[in-house]
Amino acid sequence: MNLSLLIIIPLAAAIAVLLSRNGQQVKWISFLASLAQLGLSLFLLSAFMGERANGNVSQMLFEQRYSWFAPLNIEYYIGVDGISISMILLTAFVVLAGVLMSWNVEKMTKEFYFLLLLLSLGAYGFFISLDLFTLFFFLEIAVIPKYLLIGIWGSGNKEYSANKLALMLMGGSALVLVGIFAIYFMSGIHSFDMVKLSQVHIAIEVQKIFFPMLFVGFGVFTAIFPFHTWVPDGHSSAPTAGSMFLAGISMKLGGYGCLRVATYLMPEAAKEYAPIIIILASIAILYGAFATMMQKDLKYINAYSSVSHCGFVLLGIGMLTKTSIEGAVMQMVSHGLMTALFFAVIGMIYERTHTRKVEELGGLLKIMPFVCSVLFIVGLCSLGLPGFSGFVAEMTVFMGSWQNPEMFYRVATIAACMSIVVTAVYILRAVGKTAMGPITNEHFLQLKDAAWNERLAAIVLLLGIVAIGIAPFWLSDLVSPGAELIVNKIAGVIIY
Amino acid sequence: MMNELLLMKSELAVTAVIFILLFIKINDTTSNETVLKIVNALLVLNVAAGFCCVDITGELFSGMFKTNALIAFEKNLLNIGTLLISLLSYEWLRNHRHLPEFFVLMLSSLLGMFFMISSGNFLIFYLGLELSTIPVAALCNFDMEKRQSSEAAMKMIMSSAFSSGILLFGISMMYGTTGTISFAELPMLLTGSPLQIFSFILLFTGFAFKLSVVPFHLWTADVYEGSPIAVTSFLSVISKGSIVFIFLTTLYKAFAPMGEVWYNLIFLLSVATMIVGNLFALRQQNMKRFLAFSSIAQVGFILIGISGGGQNGISSSVYFVLVYIFSNLGAFGAVQLISSFSGKETIDSYKGLYQTNPLLSWVLTISLFSLAGIPPTAGFFGKFFLLASGAEKGNYILITIAALNMIVSLYYYLRVVRAIFMEKNEQPIAAIQGSIYEKAGLIICVLGIIAVGLYSPFYEYIYALSVF
Repeated sequence: MNLSLLIIIPLAAAIAVLLSRNGQQVKWISFLASLAQLGLSLFLLSAFMGERANGNVSQMLFEQRYSWFAPLNIEYYIGVDGISISMILLTAFVVLAGVLMSWNVEKMTKEFYFLLLLLSLGAYGFFISLDLFTLFFFLEIAVIPKYLLIGIWGSGNKEYSANKLALMLMGGSALVLVGIFAIYFMSGIHSFDMVKLSQVHIAIEVQKIFFPMLFVGFGVFTAIFPFHTWVPDGHSSAPTAGSMFLAGISMKLGGYGCLRVATYLMPEAAKEYAPIIIILASIAILYGAFATMMQKDLKYINAYSSVSHCGFVLLGIGMLTKTSIEGAVMQMVSHGLMTALFFAVIGMIYERTHTRKVEELGGLLKIMPFVCSVLFIVGLCSLGLPGFSGFVAEMTVFMGSWQNPEMFYRVATIAACMSIVVTAVYILRAVGKTAMGPITNEHFLQLKDAAWNERLAAIVLLLGIVAIGIAPFWLSDLVSPGAELIVNKIAGVIIY
Repeated sequence: MMNELLLMKSELAVTAVIFILLFIKINDTTSNETVLKIVNALLVLNVAAGFCCVDITGELFSGMFKTNALIAFEKNLLNIGTLLISLLSYEWLRNHRHLPEFFVLMLSSLLGMFFMISSGNFLIFYLGLELSTIPVAALCNFDMEKRQSSEAAMKMIMSSAFSSGILLFGISMMYGTTGTISFAELPMLLTGSPLQIFSFILLFTGFAFKLSVVPFHLWTADVYEGSPIAVTSFLSVISKGSIVFIFLTTLYKAFAPMGEVWYNLIFLLSVATMIVGNLFALRQQNMKRFLAFSSIAQVGFILIGISGGGQNGISSSVYFVLVYIFSNLGAFGAVQLISSFSGKETIDSYKGLYQTNPLLSWVLTISLFSLAGIPPTAGFFGKFFLLASGAEKGNYILITIAALNMIVSLYYYLRVVRAIFMEKNEQPIAAIQGSIYEKAGLIICVLGIIAVGLYSPFYEYIYALSVF
C-alpha cells in the first residue's frame, strides 16, 4: 500500500478547501477526507497485520524512499511499524471527531478547516517519517496551525496562550534541531536515515550531551515537567477541535519522538538518564493530579489531568522495559482518544451552557442524557476503570515498571500508582457535580441534547476506547515488536 | 572577441538598459506609466538574458575580472531581485517626478555589484563596491520632500565612506605586507604575521559595515527607516546579497590560509549579530525598522553558514540569499503596498488587516513565516542548511544559540501575525487594490517561497555550482 496517500489526502483536501466556495462545501470536503483517512488507516492496519502474518519480519513495512536534498543525504523516506500504525490510527480517529465537532464554526470556516487539515497533515507525516529531516519538517508544520487556531478561534486569554504555546513548542523543536544535527554529524555516516542510524554506534560522550536535548525537546510537546506550562493555557483557550487535536495528537508527537528518536537512537544515554526521566515523570504525574484537584474549570481540569496522564507515557519510556514501553505507547493512544473525547464533551456542554465552571453546572443528565452519559464514560475511562482503554494502558505501564527490581523504580511506581486515587477524586467530583444534583440554572431546561455530528464524533472515539479496553491484545501485539527492538537495543543485544 | 563580450554579458545587458533609460530621460515627454512599462519589460529581458549561456567560465583583463557558472547564477539572483523591486514599487514610482533617474541609479549600483562579484583582485573589487554604494546613497534621498529621507542619505554616505576608508586601509596594508592585490596570488603570500592579521581585521570590518554586522550595524535602522521602501528593500536584499557573495569569495579563496582567524571572528560576530538584531527587533513599532533589525538578525544566520567553509558553506549561503530575496521582498512588497495606499507603517495599524485584505495578509504572513524559518516555506530549508553548514565544524554552542534565537525571532514575527489575524480594530486599513505589476511581484515572491524550498533541484543545482 502506498503510504504517501496519508499525506496526499489531507494535502489535497486542504487545497480543495481553499478553492471551495462556501462553508458547507468546506465541511463536507474535510469530513470526507478525514473519513477516507480513517478508512485508509484501518486498511493500513489490516495490510500490516496481513504482512506480519505472512511472515514478513522486516522492521519497517511499506517503505518508500526518494532522494530529496541529495547533497546532504536528505531523503523523503517513510515506512511504518506497529508503533507508528497505532499512532496513525489515533490521529485518524481524533481528526474525524475533531472535524465533526467543528461543524458549527461560523467564523472564517474555510481557514479553520484548512488549518485543521494542515495540522493533521503534519501529524501523519511525522508518524510515518523514517528520515530525521522529514520528521522534523512535519513536526514543525504541525506547530503554527495550532497557534492560529488558538489565537483566532480561541476564547479567554487566547493571544497569550497561543503565543506561549507556539514559542514553547518551537523552543522544543529548536532543541530537537540541534540534536538532529549532532546525530547527523557525530554518527559518522552523514545520514538522516533512522533505520541506518539505529545500526550505528554513537559515542557515549556525544549521547550524553545530546540525548537530553532531544528528549527535552520532544518532551516539551508531551508536557514534560517543568515545561508543561503551555498545556493548561493552550488547552483552555483553544476551540474545541483545537483542544482535541492538541491533546489527542500534538502531545503524542512528543511522546513518539522521545521514543523513536531520542531513546531508540541513543539507547546508552537513555539508560544513563533514566532516573532523571522517571523523577520528572513522577513529578508530572503527581503534580498534575494534585493541580487538577484545585481546578474549577472543566477545560483546566482536563488539561492538568493531561499533564498527569502524559507523565505515564514518559514514565513508561523511562522505565525501559519492554512492557513499560508497550504501556507507554498504549497510554499515548488511550489518552489521545480519551482526552479528545473529554474535550469534545466539554465543548458540547460549553456550547450549550456557555460556562465551563463546575460550580455553575449541575443536573445536566436530565437535560442532555447523551452528552452526560459520554461524560460519565470518559470520566471513568480517565480514572482507569477496567473495560476502557485507560485501565489497560496504565496497568501495562505499572506492570512494566514493576519489572525493574531496584528500590528506586519501585518507589516511583508506587508514587505514580497513588495518583490514580487523586484522579478518582477530581474526576468523580467534576463529573458528578456537572451531571447530577439539582439543576443550577433555569435556562438549562431549554437546552437540547447532542446533535448528529456530536453524537457521531463521540461514538467514533468511544469505539476506539472500548476496542482497546475490551480487546487490548491487538494493540499490544501491534506495539510489542517495536518495543522489543528498542529494549533489545538498550540491552545491547544488537551487535553493532 | 565574441567570447570575451559574452563573459561580461550581464554587465553589458545592465549597461544597455541604463543607456536606454538615459535616452528616455532626454526625451522627457514620456509619461511615467509608459516608462515603467518599458523599464519592466527591459528588466524582464535582462533577467532572461542572464539565464542564457550561464556556463561560460573565463577571465578578462589579466585576471581582474572573472566569471563562472556560480558567479553568473549570483548575478541572476540580483537581477531577479531588482526586477521584483521594480514591480513591487509600482505605485510609489508611478507618481515620482524623477522616475528614469531612479532606475539609472539603481541599475548603476547593480552594475557595480556585478563588477564586485566578478572581481579577481582588490582594485576592481573596491571600484565595484564604490559604484554599488554611492548611487544607493542618492537613492536614499528619493523621498525628496521628507527630511528623514535626506537624513538617511547623509547617514548612508557617511557610514559607507567611513567603512570604505577602513577597507582601503586594510587593502593597502595587505598590499604592503604581501606585495599583491590579486585574490589568486594572495593565499601563497599570507604568512599570518600580526600585521597581516591586523590588516585582515580592517578588511573584515569594512565588510561587516556593509553587511551591517553587529557592532557595525548602527547606521542600518535609521537608513532603512528614512529611505523609501523600494530603496530599503534594495539595500537589505540586493546590496546585502552581493556583499555576501564577494565575502564568500574573499574568505574562502583569498584568505583561505587564515581560516582559523576568520572562523573565530565570524563565530563571535554571528552570535552578537543574532542576539542584538533580535533583541532590538522585539521592540520596534515601525514595520520598516522592524524589518531592518530582523534583517540584521538574518545576517547573523548567514554568517553561521559562511563559518562552515567548503562547498556546503557556499551553497547554503547562496541558497539562503535566494530564499531571502523572495521572503524579504515579499514582506517589503506587502508593507510598501499598504504604505503607499494608506500611509500606515506601524504594526498597530495592521490590526484587523485580515478582515479587509485577506490575500495581502496571507502574502505578508507567508513571507514572515519564511523569514522566521517555518516549514513548508523556503526559509525553513534555508535556515536548516545554514545551520547544517555551521554544525559541520562541530561548534554546537553556536548552533544552539542560533536555534534559540530562532525562537526569539519567531516571537516578533508572530507579533505582526497576531496583529493581522487576531486583534480587533475599529478602523482597519481599507481594502487595497494593487496594480497588475504589484500582484505579479507578490505572486512571484510567494511562488518562490514555496517552490524554492520544497523543490529540491534548486538547492542541488546551487550545490553543484558551489566550487571555485
